Amino acid sequence: MSTIFGIPAPAFYGQLLIGLINGSFYALLSLGLAVIFGLLRVINFAHGAQYMLGAFAAYLLLGYAGIGYWPSLILAPLIVGVTAVVIERTMLSRLYNLDPLYGLLLTFGLALILEGVFRYWFGAAGQPYSPPSQLTGAVNLGFMFMPIYRGWVVVASLIICLSTWLLIEKTRLGAYLRAATENATLVQAFGVNVPRLLTLTYGLGAALAAVAGVLAAPIYQVSPLMGSNLIIIVFAVVVVGGMGSILGAIVTGYMLGVLEGLTKVFYPEASSIVIFVIMAIVLLIRPAGLFGREE
Amino acid sequence: MRVLKKVLFALSCTVLAPSAYAQQASDNVVKIGILNDQSGVYADFGGKSSVEAARMAVQDFGGKVLGVPVEIVNADHQNKPDVASSVARQWYDTEKVDAIMELTTSSVALAVQGLSKEKKKITMTTGAATTDLTGKQCSPYGFHWAYDTHALAVGTGGALVENGGNKWFFLTADYAFGYSLENETSKFVKSKGGQVLGSVRHPLSANDFSSFLLQAQSSGANVIGMANAGLDTANAIKQAAEFGVTQGGTRLAALLFTLAEVKGLGLKAAQGLTLTEGWYWDQSDENRAFAKKFMEKTGRMPNMIHTGTYSAVTQYLKAVQKAGTDATEPVAKLLHEMPVEDVFAKNGKVLPNGRMVYDMYLFQVKKPEESKSEWDMYKQLSKVPGDTAYLKAAESGCQLTQ
Repeated sequence: MSTIFGIPAPAFYGQLLIGLINGSFYALLSLGLAVIFGLLRVINFAHGAQYMLGAFAAYLLLGYAGIGYWPSLILAPLIVGVTAVVIERTMLSRLYNLDPLYGLLLTFGLALILEGVFRYWFGAAGQPYSPPSQLTGAVNLGFMFMPIYRGWVVVASLIICLSTWLLIEKTRLGAYLRAATENATLVQAFGVNVPRLLTLTYGLGAALAAVAGVLAAPIYQVSPLMGSNLIIIVFAVVVVGGMGSILGAIVTGYMLGVLEGLTKVFYPEASSIVIFVIMAIVLLIRPAGLFGREE
Repeated sequence: MRVLKKVLFALSCTVLAPSAYAQQASDNVVKIGILNDQSGVYADFGGKSSVEAARMAVQDFGGKVLGVPVEIVNADHQNKPDVASSVARQWYDTEKVDAIMELTTSSVALAVQGLSKEKKKITMTTGAATTDLTGKQCSPYGFHWAYDTHALAVGTGGALVENGGNKWFFLTADYAFGYSLENETSKFVKSKGGQVLGSVRHPLSANDFSSFLLQAQSSGANVIGMANAGLDTANAIKQAAEFGVTQGGTRLAALLFTLAEVKGLGLKAAQGLTLTEGWYWDQSDENRAFAKKFMEKTGRMPNMIHTGTYSAVTQYLKAVQKAGTDATEPVAKLLHEMPVEDVFAKNGKVLPNGRMVYDMYLFQVKKPEESKSEWDMYKQLSKVPGDTAYLKAAESGCQLTQ
């Protein structure tokens, strides 16, 4: 049997694939964060909580309204997006003229409150959520069993990442958004409603987190802590990719997922810190991140 | 004037009365601290429900001992030994806490028991598993209730080896508890003629186990021993099913798995698992009555950690009552001598190293169609007698017993 870096080739491919699956979540979550930071200059610490809210929305829709996975994939992000819009209108928008630290503190506080409330209601152990019947089971790829649902996660995440990137880089709406970040006053003078653009952006970012939450629900349990387990890693991904760089967030998300997967083979004990080691190195060499530009 | 006299009289009564009755209880209150994980991976394993169990024990005892009130305080140690030690220090030094109990997470339990030994205070661990608590790092004031890694190895490990599971690969939580559980189980498997093919150590609350499971699968083992607990084990089991690990005939040994985790995982994913617990709510009328009361307060059924905490608090209060004081030395002496007989343990005894020995049970998780109610989850396979489940004091490596 052939080996790669001393481990059997099939096992190596298996680990690569798993890294890609985890990378999908990193990419989706860091994409939302990057969109929000790029346009609002707000470091959204509530992102993990919004991811958790997405998963819980799907879980509650199923439990109380009998609404299944596919409609939830649309409805849950909508619900979370609307709550995010309310948060932006009533609280966050008041902080734009202050130091960015205040936005960070507000969203961090919100995250703690949301997590605490859900832990109070549901406990910490997590609630089960089954994948839709079309996506259950696994295919034998020869070198490993690939659960169909995980394959779907990779595909869905790629589609969403690409379309978000296209929306912001290639459409008229995206052009307005980018212009508004460069010079809000000027864009407003042209008759564009900038505050509404910012509100929509925050809603979109939160909705992206909720999509990731719904995708994650059948893989991990729906638990109040699922967001805080992931959010720190996702921040590291955004920093490595370059704060606010959308392409950077996507590419780095997948890349670090794969790197983390390989670390689990060669030195499992380090798997929880490898991303931060990379972050430290990147910050030393390229302080603006791999895809960021110096300001 | 008469009113003033009455007030003065009433005041003097309240001030003098407790001291008149309780010459022996220090500072007119017996305080027990419940220190555990209330927000992390083990929050359902013990958590706030353990605090409620302790309160129930105090209530059932009458709320008072030696004529002074009994108070329960609690804190979240976040699974960090440094946080736990500073809470324990503060409790002992400024808040007059007499004993600390529960102590989920082995690294925390070892730290707090060490500190308590130094401060001459009693600890009764129900939530942590490592045998080191009554072994190398034992304390004359430290007691270990409910279960330990040796009992889990003998119970769950033994059952699997007997059924042909002779090649093991371990998925181990990367801290004191995981090492201890892996080590005890490996020893047991080897003594029965089995082999250990390898192990992989994962960080606490790892979330994604697929990579580790693939490694286990490619090792050629027929049993994957999960030397972890709480959400970690639940996630690993769920993902093992997804990646077809169990389809290939490999069996999973959830070495530490309780009712709380089975509930979280759901019967569909957990069915057929073999596990070891010291107590189950549906074993007798007495157990059902206790569980019902517990359910009313917490909204969930107790596992062995919760009922064990109830038992530890009750036994401590009995010892204080009998000793006529809450001073550490006489109470600890009585705790070593008194038999344990309550809703949790029958014919329980405490060894010189602080280990409470009682019968454990091997359960199997029911299939969804066998379950008649929400919490009807186990069928009992066999009883593991206390003397087999737990190490003898002389073999434990505890200095106190040599």
